[in-house]
Amino acid sequence: MSSAKRPLSPHLLIYKHQATSSFSILHRICGVAMTFGTILFAYWFTSAAYGPEAFETAQSIMGSWFGLLVLFGFTFSFFFHLATGIRYICWDMVLGFDMEVATRNAAVITLFALSMTALTWYVGCSRMGDL
Amino acid sequence: MSMRSPLGQARGSGSTDHGVQHWLAERFGAIALVPLGLWFVYSMLGLIGADYNAYQEWQSQPGNLILTILFLLALFHHAHMGLTVVLEDYVQPEWLKNTSVLVLKYTAFFLCTACILSALRVTFTA
Repeated sequence: MSSAKRPLSPHLLIYKHQATSSFSILHRICGVAMTFGTILFAYWFTSAAYGPEAFETAQSIMGSWFGLLVLFGFTFSFFFHLATGIRYICWDMVLGFDMEVATRNAAVITLFALSMTALTWYVGCSRMGDL
Repeated sequence: MSMRSPLGQARGSGSTDHGVQHWLAERFGAIALVPLGLWFVYSMLGLIGADYNAYQEWQSQPGNLILTILFLLALFHHAHMGLTVVLEDYVQPEWLKNTSVLVLKYTAFFLCTACILSALRVTFTA
């Protein structure tokens, strides 16, 4: 391969942050983060196969500050990735391609992800209070 | 300096005609995960603070078992598909890219099988 000095195409870093590009990378970050979270989930899930004691240990790890932090990140990532994912499927069907619509949708996605995360944790915390 | 034309160089190293299938498969999993994921979050809220017996009771209901297995299949399929694309986009050099894609594939299959067998074991030891 010859490595002649050719002009580089405009690089990622020189672009202004826009809702569309930022949400694209956030969609990926949330997806990758959830994949790592899935390892902890798989531990919790398979622990039950080893019987009550292993399951109780896994439950207490999930209830520790570390577990709760992962679960909180998981919850937000899930709702964010869900909302942006639905938007990608709409884009695949050539819906909502206008810049104005896309930027407005970004606000809707943010609001959806934040409020669903808050709702989930409100329900979760009130259930924990019951026990 | 190669004497081959740009077209000649591009031929044979471009599309492998597998892109569309991968792209579609990623979306099939994604669409399935919308209802299954929401159902799973709802179910997990119900299992907060559950002991083993409560968990077993939940898992061994036929509807929950079926949905759990479908959720696990869709989850690991979609995670595998999505992360493969990310690895293919960012990991260099070529050998590391191919190795990480392969390791991901084996890990996804391993964890998916382990989780499904776990759900079945919990159900059938009830």
